[in-house]
Amino acid sequence: MFRNQYDNDATTWSPHGRIFQVEYASEAVKQGSAVVGLKSKDNVVLVAVKRSPNELASYQKKIVRIDDHMGIAMAGLTSDARVLSNYLRSEAMRSKMVYGRALPVGRAVTSIGDKAQTNTQEYGRRPYGVGLLVIGHDDTGPHLYEFNPSGVVSEYYAYSIGARSQSARTNLERNFEKFEDMPLKELIVQGLRALRDTLQQGKLLDTLNTSIGFVGKDAKMTILDGEDTQAYLDLLDEGEAMETE
Amino acid sequence: MDPIEFRLPHTIHRPAASAKHGPVTRTTQPIVTGTSVVAFKYKDGIMMAADCLASYGSLARFRNEKRLMAVGETTLLGVSGDMSDFQHLQHTLEGLLTQEYDMDDGQKLGTKSVYKCISNIMYNRRSKTDPLWNSYVIGGIDNGQKFLGFVDLYGTTYQSTTISTGFGGHLAQPILRRRVEGREDEITEEEAVQILEECMRVLFYRDARSLNKLRRAKVTAQGVEVSEPYALETNWDFAESIVGYGS
Amino acid sequence: MLSSITQAPVEAHSHNRWEPYVDNGGTSLAIAGADFVIIAADTRQSDGYSINTRYDPKAFELSNKTVIATTGYAADAKRLVEVMEQKAQSYFHKHERVMSTPAMAQLLSNTLYYKRFFPYYVFPILAGLDSQGKGAVFTYDPVGNMERTVYVACGSASALVQPFLDNQVGFANQRAADPNRLLDRETARKIAIDAFTGATERDIYTGDWLEIFTIDQTGVHREKRELKRD
Repeated sequence: MFRNQYDNDATTWSPHGRIFQVEYASEAVKQGSAVVGLKSKDNVVLVAVKRSPNELASYQKKIVRIDDHMGIAMAGLTSDARVLSNYLRSEAMRSKMVYGRALPVGRAVTSIGDKAQTNTQEYGRRPYGVGLLVIGHDDTGPHLYEFNPSGVVSEYYAYSIGARSQSARTNLERNFEKFEDMPLKELIVQGLRALRDTLQQGKLLDTLNTSIGFVGKDAKMTILDGEDTQAYLDLLDEGEAMETE
Repeated sequence: MDPIEFRLPHTIHRPAASAKHGPVTRTTQPIVTGTSVVAFKYKDGIMMAADCLASYGSLARFRNEKRLMAVGETTLLGVSGDMSDFQHLQHTLEGLLTQEYDMDDGQKLGTKSVYKCISNIMYNRRSKTDPLWNSYVIGGIDNGQKFLGFVDLYGTTYQSTTISTGFGGHLAQPILRRRVEGREDEITEEEAVQILEECMRVLFYRDARSLNKLRRAKVTAQGVEVSEPYALETNWDFAESIVGYGS
Repeated sequence: MLSSITQAPVEAHSHNRWEPYVDNGGTSLAIAGADFVIIAADTRQSDGYSINTRYDPKAFELSNKTVIATTGYAADAKRLVEVMEQKAQSYFHKHERVMSTPAMAQLLSNTLYYKRFFPYYVFPILAGLDSQGKGAVFTYDPVGNMERTVYVACGSASALVQPFLDNQVGFANQRAADPNRLLDRETARKIAIDAFTGATERDIYTGDWLEIFTIDQTGVHREKRELKRD
């Protein structure tokens, strides 16, 4: 039933200095389909594969708008992500109301990081079962952050979370130095390439399962789904043809 | 035993609330007051001036009062009205600035944010019918753009290339409209100082609650500069010919 | 016996009670057409005989299909618009679509009535297209009474502009005219401009700039024109 006697709740340490419940929550993130985030000097992009629980069901939403300057992509328990995105949306509105400015992205992520941390230290609580990639553009430029159930937040040039995301990270590690000066369109295609590496054998990115989100210096937070992704998927295949030539 | 109640001046008493917590008090008129603030846009940024007097009614009570204040690195705040209410706001702003500094994440509280924040404080206080009895002029450079805004005890806000509070609204604003409006990107610092001093001189001549000791301030891309107090040259020759109460 | 001395309760609403409202003037109007609607407002902000600023916009796009114009107390107006914008955004997040104009109209009424006993001292008008794509104009009093009309004028020059619109848009008391006839777009626009030119001539609280929004199937189109500055 239990892996050991130290994993009954999130407030108990194991003798090896681990908190198992938090680690289990991080496992939940790995169950979710992959999302990839990457940025250039002006733009930041999210791409995600959506899953559908069965043939009759719709695809699960992966990318959510927070404000004109910010968006998130999720992997793990979608319902937990909804709670977090509602919180971020209200914080973004509050920032607009009180200071007349877009909520700084770093502060937004820290604020949900603090909420996640509380869940790992108070008795009777459950860590969030979701990981997020948060993208945004504020006075200090474009940002890409990772949020995870432990409450740790980190900033990246490019990153991926979710199922088989290691493959995407390997791809990104090989290419991220080229991202800096890339135009938005190419950046999206690069993201899709990394995302494609997370797919199981025989699976393809198509207009049904692909989701694209971006925001930048001259672009408000935009989410593309369905037919709107076709143009980018075509570019993905074009690049492919060129590479094999 | 009934408690003894005193009626304090300028205080609204709410009988029901007074037994436990004392009287409900709010400012119903300003006590120690500063007069006009004059401000406008010029080529390099924003110019602003205010004199150093804080009056107690008609008494020239405090003659070295600071009514211009830097808020952060790129924002300038000028105040007229009740000085204690201003110093209360000043305290709040310094707290806010400290909070922002402690975040240590490279984000700066820009002029527009400071303006929005002060406007909210003013509107929220008026909505409690417990206003801060002031008019504020907020100037600065936000994202490379000149900004000049106003907010008063009603929470009324507006932005303009020329702003004057109090008596200045009647005496200085016409001068500013004539000399500045439409030319805010041409006026050199030299001319700006000259315009500002013309306004302050007129105000000193005609505003009985003013003082010929003033501070001048500017915000440019280089930041905020508030001058030390100085006096303007005045000419009272005409007074020679006035006999009795004048005419 | 000192302790028995009490003072008669002082009236809380005595003469020195502070009035938390000011009137900052300004005029707005809206005219509905068959497949469009025009809504316009001047941009002067006044306080008594002083002009605070020549450009303080009073009309705002709440979405890509609805525009609100406000007159009265500027601070309340700005807060009201801000509150409406946030509610519109919440609606968008919750339902993943832009709120329709009639829905926005009802929301505005509720928002005003919520502050029934400390009202926003504002006279808003709201314009957009209804579910059939027809031009819709909604007018309010400060506490949320709402009415859908074909045309309306609000604010400091409303007593000047409304009769003009009654005559030119509503064809009131004109035997030969069909009072239900709707104007075409260009005529409506010209009447709106004439209305403000006239209002500026006689009302000291109206002038400086005129902002005209035309809303149709393709979205919101904004036009800015000069008015007299005296």
